[in-house]
Amino acid sequence: MISETYSLLVNGKSYQVVDGHPSESLLWVLRERLELSGSKNACEEGECGSCTVLVDGEIVCSCLVLAASAVGREITTIEGLGSEDEISDVQKAFVDAGAVQCGFCTPGLLVAIDQLLNTDPDPDDLTVREAISGNLCRCTGYGRILEAVRIASKNRKVQNQEEQGK
Amino acid sequence: MGVIIAKSVNEACAVLAENPAATVLAGGTDLMVQVNRGTHSLETVLDLSRIPELKKWTMEDNQIILGAGISYTDLTHPQLSAFFPALAQAARTVGSPQIRNAGTLGGNLATASPAGDTIPVLVAMDASMQLKSSTETREVSITEFITGVKANALKPGEIIESIKVPIFKGPQEFLKVGTRNAMVISVVSLALVTDYLERKLRIGVGSVSPVPFRATEAEEFISDKFDWETNRNLSEKVINKFSELVANSTEPIDDHRGTANYRKHAVKVLAKRALERVSAGDIK
Ligand SMILES: Cc1cc2nc3c(=O)[nH]c(=O)nc-3n(C[C@H](O)[C@H](O)[C@H](O)COP(=O)(O)OP(=O)(O)OC[C@H]3O[C@@H](n4cnc5c(N)ncnc54)[C@H](O)[C@@H]3O)c2cc1C
Ligand code: FES
Ligand code: FES
Repeated sequence: MISETYSLLVNGKSYQVVDGHPSESLLWVLRERLELSGSKNACEEGECGSCTVLVDGEIVCSCLVLAASAVGREITTIEGLGSEDEISDVQKAFVDAGAVQCGFCTPGLLVAIDQLLNTDPDPDDLTVREAISGNLCRCTGYGRILEAVRIASKNRKVQNQEEQGK
Repeated sequence: MGVIIAKSVNEACAVLAENPAATVLAGGTDLMVQVNRGTHSLETVLDLSRIPELKKWTMEDNQIILGAGISYTDLTHPQLSAFFPALAQAARTVGSPQIRNAGTLGGNLATASPAGDTIPVLVAMDASMQLKSSTETREVSITEFITGVKANALKPGEIIESIKVPIFKGPQEFLKVGTRNAMVISVVSLALVTDYLERKLRIGVGSVSPVPFRATEAEEFISDKFDWETNRNLSEKVINKFSELVANSTEPIDDHRGTANYRKHAVKVLAKRALERVSAGDIK
């Protein structure tokens, strides 16, 4: 049983939420209480995917997760990709492909695509389209996003081959 | 009181008996939309999402018993989808990967929307549901459970424990019309399930009446005309008559997703298409 003070495990780190209200969504708590503002808020009804995070390894809309119900779950946000000093390979591929325009959809897409490539390293375009069908982008027309996924997938393959060759 | 995360069905029922006003939470994909809009404020929440029993499925006497907490993503796994392809097809059309990971079968039924995509399939298959409280376990049919637009037969203190789905031999189809492919609420949906052993075609229709229903007149007509040996050779006339009968059984309304006229037209197209696909499938 838990009350309004609870802790959340985000990107491997434990955060205290003090005096939370039971109606708060995970997205709200991440942004407003934990100062993790990478996940974006555009609709708060599950339609746009800009708030996408991983909960126990699966992509979900953090706006539809009740924050206090996520106690003990492993939460990964866009801040959990890459490291302090270096952006992740998918982030880099987005830059290289020019897949970022206004950037609002980008954090959610990166989380979804990183998760896709972790489970399916060599997805065809249809698989990618299906995997990001819950992430809306109003700017790019998706062409460069698909290109970014191709680049990231190829780079990971090359890297794996190099590692195996060692 | 905050959020209570139950670990078993018995614990959940005990919590509900003590706090009958608690809000039940599963995947949150319907509930949190209301909460975010401010139309539903939460005080005590009973979270069912971590009850292992609700995530399981078992086979019993040619029936599959699905835990209420099974997600759409779970339903599309080949291991499960093989038993009821139409239910898996319906699950695949729900929302987006994010919504399918979180949203559950139990939540779709409890919400009881006329457009709930699993409902016409489960209605076509005569599925039943196990409801449980701290004092009682009862079984109701899907049609008894869904009592109206977004209304269900749950009594205070009760949760949906499982859904029992008979296995039918023969091809199945689920079709849905919406404004695009992903992330779309049905304007019309239709499930066609072949029951080869009973020589019957079962049809469930959604979004064209207050509650999804079986088009029984159309079922009788087509089950009689269907060629159960080869399942080919349906004449144009029979197919048209069948889709007319399905359309005539609907009571659609005009709303922001479509007009009643459009829905009547679309349901006819879906009935015809589903029948043609089932006829092209392997019957035995
Ligand atoms: C962007 C988006 C797209 C969607 N697309 C579709 C779609 O294409 N087709 C479709 O059919 N639906 C769609 N939905 C609706 C929704 O995803 C489904 O209805 C889902 O199945 C609800 O399940 P849940 O576990 O998320 O329920 P929750 O939101 O957790 O709960 C919904 C209701 O059911 C009750 N409840 C849940 N489980 C139980 C139980 N075991 N016992 C008793 N009561 C229970 C809750 O108290 C609550 O009242 C969509 C929703 C969103 C946000
Ligand atoms: S803000 Fe969560 S899906 Fe749009
Ligand atoms: S880059 Fe602007 S919404 Fe995608």
